Amino acid sequence: MATVTPRAALQWDYAPAPESRDAASLRESYDLFINGAFVAPTDGTRVQTINPATEEPLASVAFAGAGDVAAAVAAARDAAPRWAALPALERGKYLFRIARLIQERSRELAIVETLDGGKPIRESRDVDIPLAAAHFFSYAGWADKLGYAVGGRSFAPRGVVGQVVPWNFPLLMAAWKLAPALACGNTAVLKPAETTPLSALLLAEIVQEADLPPGVVNVVTGDGGAGAALVRSDVDKVAFTGSTAVGKEIQRALAGTGRGLTLELGGKSANIVFEDAALDQAVEGIIEGIFFNQGHVCCAGSRLLLQESVAEEVVRRLWARMERLRVGDPLDKNTDVGAINSAAQLDRISSLVAEGEREGATRRSISCALPETGYWFPPTLFLDVAPANRIAVEEIFGPVVSVTTFRTPAEAVERANNSAYGLAAGVWTDNGSKAFQLAGALRAGVVWQNTYNKFDPTAAFGGYKESGFGREGGPSGLLPYLEVGSA
Amino acid sequence: MSRSLTPVNRVGVDERAAALGRRSIKTTAKREGIRIATSMIDLTTLEGSDTPGKVRHLCAKAVCPDPSRPEIPSVAAVCVYPALVGVAAEALRGSGVAVASVATGFPAGQTSLAVKVQETREAVAAGATEIDMVISREAYLAGDDARVAREIAAVKEACGDAHLKVILETAELPTYAHVRHASELAITAGADVIKTSTGKASSGATPGVVLVMLEVVRDHLWRTGRVVGVKAAGGVSNTKAALHMLVLVKETLGDDWLTPDRFRIGASSLLNDLLMQYAKLDGGHYGRAEDFSKE
Repeated sequence: MATVTPRAALQWDYAPAPESRDAASLRESYDLFINGAFVAPTDGTRVQTINPATEEPLASVAFAGAGDVAAAVAAARDAAPRWAALPALERGKYLFRIARLIQERSRELAIVETLDGGKPIRESRDVDIPLAAAHFFSYAGWADKLGYAVGGRSFAPRGVVGQVVPWNFPLLMAAWKLAPALACGNTAVLKPAETTPLSALLLAEIVQEADLPPGVVNVVTGDGGAGAALVRSDVDKVAFTGSTAVGKEIQRALAGTGRGLTLELGGKSANIVFEDAALDQAVEGIIEGIFFNQGHVCCAGSRLLLQESVAEEVVRRLWARMERLRVGDPLDKNTDVGAINSAAQLDRISSLVAEGEREGATRRSISCALPETGYWFPPTLFLDVAPANRIAVEEIFGPVVSVTTFRTPAEAVERANNSAYGLAAGVWTDNGSKAFQLAGALRAGVVWQNTYNKFDPTAAFGGYKESGFGREGGPSGLLPYLEVGSA
Repeated sequence: MSRSLTPVNRVGVDERAAALGRRSIKTTAKREGIRIATSMIDLTTLEGSDTPGKVRHLCAKAVCPDPSRPEIPSVAAVCVYPALVGVAAEALRGSGVAVASVATGFPAGQTSLAVKVQETREAVAAGATEIDMVISREAYLAGDDARVAREIAAVKEACGDAHLKVILETAELPTYAHVRHASELAITAGADVIKTSTGKASSGATPGVVLVMLEVVRDHLWRTGRVVGVKAAGGVSNTKAALHMLVLVKETLGDDWLTPDRFRIGASSLLNDLLMQYAKLDGGHYGRAEDFSKE
């Protein structure tokens, strides 16, 4: 519009909009939560948990030894009969109370989740914490309706469950585990991840505030040793979310013990874009699929399969969109991609990416300024990837997507299923019948159509093959926590 | 010939548009954003009761929105009905603020092409340097894309040197895919700017509609190198909505597009809200509405 005197194009950038750190007050040191009280670890071991965005220490956290884990399991064992005997409606009330307390303390929980794990506050505020509350709300409602979930058969709680959760969604995974276990009348010992213990400890405070009977929920923080002790202890069922390697170890350890086990493990999920898809929205889904939570998502859409006829077009749009991602201070409300969770994870990502380059794939990382301290990795895509390359096969668990092409729907299915994993998949097409055909043919526990990384407490989540077994969420998420008998 | 629509996913568009509405625009960014938004306004009055007096007042406001704050720029244009173009042109002479006129049987467009062309010529002759035309929804919804395109081309020719903004009236189009299609149709037929709405329909420049139109403009730029502007009109009535528009532009097309040459906001009540919010950044509290003149 030359009728207006052209003004020089402006640089308009968002001023820093950090969430206030002071809205969350952390204690200097945290104990283990056993039998309704915070208790010091018997050998006194404490380790600092740090903020991965700054490497600054946040709090010192107790490391449980084998004796502490045994004490927690014993407390859960003692509490189990009374908890199971409680009228189901009353159990539900406790869960409702936890859900409401999570909502009341949501701002604080979001800040702590972001400080301890490095994820953008936008995500902890809008996804992690609301979904954690939603899981408690949803399963609170199931507590007195379990008969409907088991089709009228008899049922009883398992007893004591040992639950080990990962560092990518610390509070949400704790909610996924605890809510159905408690609704079904089990007592629990929860082991949070070594690098992200804080939100589970805040949840322990909430459990205390909700006045749950002592021993119903116990939280033992520590490293992998505490987790290993827990899964080998006198529990009736183990639920684990984490890496496939550890999952296999647990399965070996539990073989022949008669204890229940569910595993939610790794993935290398295919995100499949057809030529008849709404391409701009598909690009949003690709972004959401792989850069959500820095790609620290077991169901991340890390294998992008593009129909060859639109591959160039999609990559152009994807790259333009990637260059607008705002990487930086996780506490800033405008940050899209935060910090990598730990130094160890950054090493793993870096070495797999180096391997990708060595194998001949073309790497493109966005040229954003990264903070000097902390653990960071720029959003990255790999082109010219051969299906056999390590970056196309192994779970990177970082903001790295590998792009390959296909020609026909049959080839897309074959490529997608050609994986040791089978956790999730995305299908992008404007053609409904094709979407449903694909969903039926894909060997993946979750298939998203024209969306990605959408979670809901009423939907079942879980894997095929080396992505694990058992489902979490919805009525099927109750079954692993029940002994189901005859009609 | 049957129409071929490029798929657009409604849920995905609305999610992305809403996510961009959650950007936190504070302090210096808000101050700068308010000034940019002000410079993009087509300050509009399109009422049966408009008079020369009212239009002159509006023009004074357009040139100098806040006399106590010289750093607030003039708006981009004043937009009036054809009958008042002469008054606006006189009042705005030498100010750098453009005169825009709606034409072509605004807002319904239910007149003959001959009348539309004649109305356009008269508005341009009276001093309008920008013409805001409506597409014939009657033709578009009946599937006659060729007639829609023919009319745009004819009005474009009647514009001469004046710039042509083509109003799609998106509230009357069935889906986002049609918004995309109509945008492409208008651009191909010669639109300098594509515009969402007349302001007279049930809804106006929703974030989703604006996002779809920005994406069309971006794709056209990539394909042909030609710059086409976008005008969001209707419903952008407060600072939050205006800053949301700027975020949509910035994150779809980049900072280069944050200029009134390429993006406009058609509005009447927006300007005073921008001024009030700006004053609040200075003073820490909201002023009274009566401290800001309507015109």
